[in-house]
Amino acid sequence: MEETSVDAETVRRWLNEAAAAVREQRDYLTQLDAAIGDADHGTNMDRGFTAVVEKLDGLEGPPGKLLTTAGSTLVSTVGGASGPLWGTALRRAGRTLGDADDFGGPELANALDAALAGIVELGAAEEGDKTMVDALAPAIRALRAGLDGGGGLNEALADARAAGEEGMRATTPLQASKGRASYLGERSIGHQDPGATSTALIIAALERSVTASP
Amino acid sequence: MSVAVASVKKFINEPADVVKESLQGLGQAHADLLRIDVENQLVLRKDAPVAGKVALISGGGSGHEPLHGGFVGEGMLDAACPGEVFTSPVPDQMLAATKAVDGGAGVIHIVKNYTGDVMNFKLAAELAEDEGIKVESVLTNDDVAVEDSTWTAGRRGTGVTVLVEKIAGAKAEAGGSLAEVAAVARKVNDKGRSFGVALTSCATPAAGTPTFDIGPDEMEFGVGIHGEPGRRREKVRPASEIVEEMADAILGDLQPAKGANVLAFVNGLGGTPAIELYLVYAELTKQLERYGVQATRSLVGNYITSLEMAGVSITLLELDDELTALWDAPVHTPSLRWGT
Repeated sequence: MEETSVDAETVRRWLNEAAAAVREQRDYLTQLDAAIGDADHGTNMDRGFTAVVEKLDGLEGPPGKLLTTAGSTLVSTVGGASGPLWGTALRRAGRTLGDADDFGGPELANALDAALAGIVELGAAEEGDKTMVDALAPAIRALRAGLDGGGGLNEALADARAAGEEGMRATTPLQASKGRASYLGERSIGHQDPGATSTALIIAALERSVTASP
Repeated sequence: MSVAVASVKKFINEPADVVKESLQGLGQAHADLLRIDVENQLVLRKDAPVAGKVALISGGGSGHEPLHGGFVGEGMLDAACPGEVFTSPVPDQMLAATKAVDGGAGVIHIVKNYTGDVMNFKLAAELAEDEGIKVESVLTNDDVAVEDSTWTAGRRGTGVTVLVEKIAGAKAEAGGSLAEVAAVARKVNDKGRSFGVALTSCATPAAGTPTFDIGPDEMEFGVGIHGEPGRRREKVRPASEIVEEMADAILGDLQPAKGANVLAFVNGLGGTPAIELYLVYAELTKQLERYGVQATRSLVGNYITSLEMAGVSITLLELDDELTALWDAPVHTPSLRWGT
């Protein structure tokens, strides 16, 4: 069996899929944010990913360049905290991939690790703080475990999506200690984190885009 | 059971145009002091960049007017970067402001401690440094209502931001170096504390409905300037009792020297009339006497607001001779002007 690889078309499809998912779930994300934040997460992410799709339309280049461009676009259009966080994440991932025209699972995991490191560095958040890290970190661990187990990229990404969604759901009983939700203290318990939710959507979009590769 | 909430009436056209249209009016009303960069959404001092002077910029979500655009001018800010209502501006705006005001002596970024503002300003400072501009970031985090900072994003930047902008602006106007201006700005933040109380919510133009529900007989004790929750929700009490508890929270944390001089800043959050703000000032004076400190300088009015929220915040800044002299120095901005 030929090893699944990721190329510029896959990355483009990922970002388009992510934009569509964020658009579809925009009101839900905003609703989650209204409960423990400031009711703009869906609106802000939709504005940013819509701009990413426009920016990448017709832009040629290796996957790394598409990701750094997408990251810069998010930083320039989203504002709030999610703009710098997702923007830094995609830029770091893109820089890690460099000029490679295509790459496999281990390189993808390295790029996602760099993205997570960027988020952790900028947001100073750890797992359990009720943030996007709670979805992304377990997803990357599951991806690596899947790849190490020899199951192939598609299977490993399915594991990653499931782990991301589980991490997302596990934010509900947590008390927020980062961002605006932290001012609620115990009143933040019982609400699913909007940042972890959009992160799970974006990981699921990654799985779909790779699985759909010809 | 959910109750339909009436939308809040506002003098606006399209919600998405509120920030730009308001900036346009600010520029037109103060054409002698300001220049508006519509494309980058910036408020600039008309004569920027001032050669050889350390420049100061600040920014954050809109909805706190006159902060920050109303404080651009001689003796205060060189530029302000307003974001959408209650949403941090983006690094591109801050970078454009930094480049537009740099007079060769470096640029101070005054950043209120909110996660979004901190991250966007951090990225902007890195971009500016890449372009060879020296940047010093000064964080304001004066809101003592946030008690447990290990479990939160830390104390919020509120009323002291106005005082930092005025006093550091005076230091820069007097020829202070980048390090000196940053040091005096940090001293103001270190020596200042604030506490806010809300009687009503506010409504962003995009939402059109109140940000939080609050009963007709309730107050949010320790509220943030975006309607963030405070220490507790409780029944409204007489002003004397409210101000006593606010003063205890501030002075208990500030621990001023015995016989200290302070700047007493009573700030309206947007929907509270001046008659009540001065009543609060009278109550505050009693409390300061109880603690044995004197208000040698004062500021009363709407300076850092939360849209139409009815509420008040108190900021106390422990003064020394340097801070007093810098406070008294001339300032000429749309919303703060004396000595010129």
